[in-house]
Amino acid sequence: MTENERAADPEGREGAAGGREKLSLVVTGHVDHGKSTVIGRLLYDTGSLPRGAIDRVREISRETGQPFEFAFLLDAFEEERKQGITIDTTRLQFRTPRRDYLIIDAPGHKEFLKNMISGASDAEAAFLVVDAARGAEEQSRRHAQMLSLLGVGRVGVLVNKMDLAGYAEAAFEAVKAELSAYLWNLGLDAGPFLPLSALRGENILAPSPNMPWFRGPTLIAALDALEKPSREEGLRLPIQDVYKFDARRIVAGRMESGRLRAGDEILISPGGRRTRCVTIESWPPREGGVREASAGESTGLTVADEFFNRRGEVISLPGDPPETASSFKASVFWMGKNPLARDRRYRLKLATDSCECRVTAIFNRIDSETLAPTGTADELGPGEVAEAQIELARPVALDLFARHRVTGRFVLVDGYDVAGGGIVTGVGAPPARGAGFAAGGVFARAALLEEYSYSLEDGAVAIREPDPAVYAVGDEVPLAGRSFGYPPDLDVVVFRDRAAVRIRQGRVAEVLPLSAYAWSGVPSVNGRGFALRVSSEAEWRGLLDAFTRGASGGEPDPAARWLDFNAYRRIALAGPLAGPGGEGAADVQGAPGWEDPPEGGGLQPGARPGGGR
Amino acid sequence: MDHLSALEAQSVYILREARSNLGKLGLLWSIGKDSTVLLWLAKKAFFGHSPFPFIHVDTSYKIPEMITYRDRVARELGLELIVHRNEAALASGMGPGAGRLECCKALKTDALADMTRTYGFEGLIVGVRRDEEGSRSKERVFSERGEDDRWDYANQPPELWGQFKTDFPRGRHIRVHPLLEWNEIDIWRYIEREGIPVIDLYFSRGGERYRSLGCAPCTGRVKSEASTVAEIVRELENTTESERAGRAQDREDAYAMQKLRKDGYM
Repeated sequence: MTENERAADPEGREGAAGGREKLSLVVTGHVDHGKSTVIGRLLYDTGSLPRGAIDRVREISRETGQPFEFAFLLDAFEEERKQGITIDTTRLQFRTPRRDYLIIDAPGHKEFLKNMISGASDAEAAFLVVDAARGAEEQSRRHAQMLSLLGVGRVGVLVNKMDLAGYAEAAFEAVKAELSAYLWNLGLDAGPFLPLSALRGENILAPSPNMPWFRGPTLIAALDALEKPSREEGLRLPIQDVYKFDARRIVAGRMESGRLRAGDEILISPGGRRTRCVTIESWPPREGGVREASAGESTGLTVADEFFNRRGEVISLPGDPPETASSFKASVFWMGKNPLARDRRYRLKLATDSCECRVTAIFNRIDSETLAPTGTADELGPGEVAEAQIELARPVALDLFARHRVTGRFVLVDGYDVAGGGIVTGVGAPPARGAGFAAGGVFARAALLEEYSYSLEDGAVAIREPDPAVYAVGDEVPLAGRSFGYPPDLDVVVFRDRAAVRIRQGRVAEVLPLSAYAWSGVPSVNGRGFALRVSSEAEWRGLLDAFTRGASGGEPDPAARWLDFNAYRRIALAGPLAGPGGEGAADVQGAPGWEDPPEGGGLQPGARPGGGR
Repeated sequence: MDHLSALEAQSVYILREARSNLGKLGLLWSIGKDSTVLLWLAKKAFFGHSPFPFIHVDTSYKIPEMITYRDRVARELGLELIVHRNEAALASGMGPGAGRLECCKALKTDALADMTRTYGFEGLIVGVRRDEEGSRSKERVFSERGEDDRWDYANQPPELWGQFKTDFPRGRHIRVHPLLEWNEIDIWRYIEREGIPVIDLYFSRGGERYRSLGCAPCTGRVKSEASTVAEIVRELENTTESERAGRAQDREDAYAMQKLRKDGYM
């Protein structure tokens, strides 16, 4: 049927069939918690198995002398049956009256993590299967982390094997409480939580009479209630290739997001050249041509100015370009045979671009049990997750993952293999490091050691930076200067670095992320050494709220409310400020403000114009 | 975007990735519905052109109409067609009588390996689909084959975010699978939507039709009254019979296809 015939037949059957919604979901979980059984059940109960499949599994069970299991439907490989574990991702489909589903079964066994990632990376929804009696185990936690990193926003939890937990509501509630806190901490939206026995088919298609206390939906009903994630993103068309098969010079690629019309002005990044889209090309040729291409289409266009275009460049509209960066910060996961090593060379592939890179810093490596960051590292092992600073051999067009999915994620190639991946969380180089406190991958600038002086000659206050020393745990901190004097027990809260430093008896005791800091009752100052007017836990929370929500947060004079300049600081009088060597003028900076000034380096992922207002 | 358009866009993306990343490229054209859809998609990907040769691994036992059809279409579309046979095995009398798996191995797997080396292909585009059978369900879109053409299925690299395996040592090749995500019914709905011509062995004659095409001695017809593309779509909407029910090689033992494919079968 041609395009025109179909237009004349708006009720054509193909339209209905081709337009049926399809949702892809990944099912993850610790080995033996019952993923494959859940999936086998879904297929069986929805009548999605080809005739004979069950008989065939029975036959194979007889041949191999193993008892019949629903999981065998998925385990198409000989080796898998022998080992009783799922080696690779399988993709199976079932349908409900609402739509079609593609299930990706992600293996739970530790060494097959890379297959789980391959499976989960395409998913629109995710479920974590957890054994009701055993609760979350190591792989459950690791999978949840990966789901968070892969940008899967919402995770449902299937509390399985309820039959072995006596169908007890308490067992279900215990797993639910544990998992909801854990998933929330990972930034994942948790739910729904469903109690099941996949083996017995309870709460899959029909509610279970053994769990009358559960008033939620069955698994099928919960699936049908899921809404497909939808995102409105501006035009991104990464160039795949430029074809000159005939008189046309066609720039080809897939529209990852947005919309493009013939005649639109476009911008090509990196480089920022502007031109115009003349035609949108297609085959077979259509009468009147194609005027528009939209998200998801593999398309091709001709442009007004025939620049030298190369694969990897990104076409956008001029008002909404991607970033161009040769350095960025990312959340990364690793699945290579050899660990990810700092300063080794890897190849980065982002959308259609590819470029040599180095990982210059690995920090906040996550401990999968506690979720606590474990500090800077020189390596990242298989299955581990961390933040990293990545330096590229040349500028690349990319986006923050939060803004554009496809141009905000990348893989790292080690030798011949894709060995890791990640999402872009910050663009730009890390800030230059002057004096500061460093431990466990956390760095906090030591502006509290700046010297303030009033120049009698110029009639102005000047600030001189401290020597660029880095203080580690155990190091003595020079707490007395010409213009400051701090108590030997002091907490320093450096908001701009989202870090805090505990100084005890004049030495660094701890440098920690702000998120892990709790008010301890000792005198505290901000990053510049201004005392925090806080004398209780409640006041501390009020201050934190005021600082993190943005400058004024409704307070008439927040600086006066929360900060005290004079507690530990003064302005020293000076003749000409220039010290020995005459470097003074270069060190003069602006006066301190209410809050630390905005970042110069641009490494803040959360930086939003007008943030917090 | 509807389901068929999404499948089409993804297949076109894969074909273009193959052309941009791999050296010498060829498309395995088995004359069947899947590789005929693949031919159509290649024309879409390259705006009416098909910038690589089409390869037919000919066992000499194919259903005769397939060969007639192959030569006619190649002529009409001006395809660069490579026909390759394992002449040595044929000369020594290889055939289904020697055992089905032995025959498949010699006339298909070995012939394919020999062809790949003879022409120096670095990428072979193959129209296999995940829903055809178990071992294919585990395939990657870009699937590396070792120097001995073997598939190391238990140790496949991750494939995520449309980033495929494009780095590999010289002497190896990549099987590119643009139709991996398609189902049998998607293929027929797409043929219907696009008006793609297919060989008429698929249409019912005397109450029977071929649902899957292969070698004459090892491929059976299924009972069917479907004599148009639309009727085939209707039929598939209402069947639970497996697509490869007529293919004898799958029935040899529980892991027949996996064993064949491990050694380089398509």
